[in-house]
Amino acid sequence: MSFVAVRDVAVSYDETPILERINLDIDEGAFVTVVGASGCGKSTFLRLLLSQESATRGTITLAGEPIPDRPTPDRGIVFQRYSVFPHLTVTENLILPLELARSRHFGRLFGARRKALCTEVDDILVRIGLAHASDRYPAQLSGGMQQRLAIAQALLMKPKLLLLDEPFGALDPGIRRDMHELLLALWEEIGMTVLMVTHDIAEAFKLGTRLIVFDKVRHDPDAPTAYGATITYDLPLRRPSAQRTDIATASVEAADALDQTISLLTNENRKGAPQ
Amino acid sequence: MRGGRPDTLMAVTHGKLTRSTRLSLGAIPFVLLIAAYAVGSHLRRLENPADKLLPPFGKMADAFWEMATVPDKRSGDLLLWSDTALSLGRLGVGIAVAALIAVSLGVLIGFVPRVRASLAPFVAAISLIPPITILPILFIIFGLGELSKVMLIVLGTAPIMTRSLAQAVIDIPREQIIKAETLGAGPWQLVQRVVLPQIWPKLVTAMRLGLVPAWIFLISAEAIASTGGLGYRIFLVRRYLAMDIIIPYVLWITLLAYTLDRLLHAFSRRAFRWAHLEGDSL
Ligand SMILES: Nc1ncnc2c1ncn2[C@@H]1O[C@H](COP(=O)(O)OP(=O)(O)OP(=O)(O)O)[C@@H](O)[C@H]1O
Ligand SMILES: [Mg+2]
Repeated sequence: MSFVAVRDVAVSYDETPILERINLDIDEGAFVTVVGASGCGKSTFLRLLLSQESATRGTITLAGEPIPDRPTPDRGIVFQRYSVFPHLTVTENLILPLELARSRHFGRLFGARRKALCTEVDDILVRIGLAHASDRYPAQLSGGMQQRLAIAQALLMKPKLLLLDEPFGALDPGIRRDMHELLLALWEEIGMTVLMVTHDIAEAFKLGTRLIVFDKVRHDPDAPTAYGATITYDLPLRRPSAQRTDIATASVEAADALDQTISLLTNENRKGAPQ
Repeated sequence: MRGGRPDTLMAVTHGKLTRSTRLSLGAIPFVLLIAAYAVGSHLRRLENPADKLLPPFGKMADAFWEMATVPDKRSGDLLLWSDTALSLGRLGVGIAVAALIAVSLGVLIGFVPRVRASLAPFVAAISLIPPITILPILFIIFGLGELSKVMLIVLGTAPIMTRSLAQAVIDIPREQIIKAETLGAGPWQLVQRVVLPQIWPKLVTAMRLGLVPAWIFLISAEAIASTGGLGYRIFLVRRYLAMDIIIPYVLWITLLAYTLDRLLHAFSRRAFRWAHLEGDSL
């Protein structure tokens, strides 16, 4: 029985089909990367798994249960932007989930209990390299620092499924590499299931244990919005033996697959999206 | 195209000013105005030494000093201070009530789609009523006492403040609400930890903007029906053409309004530092 099961799901906005005939089974502990042309519905799919939106048809189950109709702490999310709270400092952002859990009415703790929480997150701060910036507000952090904070914050509730929507899209390549290390290390440590949307194919290959591609299979040149996108490729990625993954040590096989997919995707892209 | 001038042009539009340059540039219009007044006043008094229209600075200072330090013969009050206290009291209560309405309705309208659907058009319509036109109604309903003056300020400012706060709530990125829900926040916790803290600085801005019409409503209501207050005083002494009191009172009101605005701004910068990290603010 798979951890996430998506059965014949379709989504349309005002009669315009966005996604159609989506079927997907995700094993617990998998790291699924999702790529596809811009505007084909990757974020929409992620929002379905988050219960931010509901499918027009089809069913989605999580650990055997139909997914709840609201976002819940069993699914964490990191968006490309606006993932952390601008009015809270780094430490305050991190203790927020703990405060919410321990103070049902106000969602806020005071005095000694708050102090205790701050000490509780000290290790996390060191781990994500933000110990020196613990009193800064997000506007005073770099993009990479903000995303590290967002990931750590999302993981505090120990979600079974972590959803990431182009979390590193706005970061420099160097910073991105550091973020990959951090994310992979956390994934191996915690063992949660990850579903990550990305525009960067190398990133998708480097991080994922499985790569899925969204695209339109049916296309009507006279009515470009007549059909929705579906899953067109579903590649298991063989992870190099060691836990630490590095694109440089990836097997020749993977590199071939990479080349193939890139050319496939760029072809599809040319057809699908104007950008 | 690169001509010979861009550097000078760039300096004009991009130059950083030192503090002293900025202060002296800012003082120029004030100095010009005062000088123009002094000249005008002097010329008029050359023609007619008893001129009341543009009294000299000394006369205004004397009259103002008298209002501030010599007890009124009838009431025994120091009129400037009792007027100021009365007016600020009305203004404070009015703006406070308006703020309370704006926050509660604003959050409901911005956060609860059903409330938005049923209240937003109503608030939009109400905010278009010229408040002064309902002053007679207020006098009829609430009498000539304090209540109708405070109500005028409330009715005049609450609708626009409500609208700007509702918009502030709507402007909170959807991602933040979703994220908070995945961190376990219920609706009430969402309001308290995500929504309210983010609209406090917007409330201060709304209050600062609301104070501009609030002063107008205050002075008007005091002018029409009152027994004290800054607006009452100005309109009372108008009968004697007492420009030597009116002008200092106008300046005093301006100073009060300005100080109030600056205090609120300073408060926002201190209390909501996160909201002032990016960009300049007035
Ligand atoms: N609320 C909405 N109402 C109507 N159409 C929408 C809505 N949200 C998204 N869409 C449309 O659905 C399609 C898919 O959007 P989505 O954001 O899922 O794409 P995406 O694959 O994530 O694109 P990108 O890679 O650019 O982020 C787009 O064509 C978009 O215009
Ligand atoms: Mg997207």
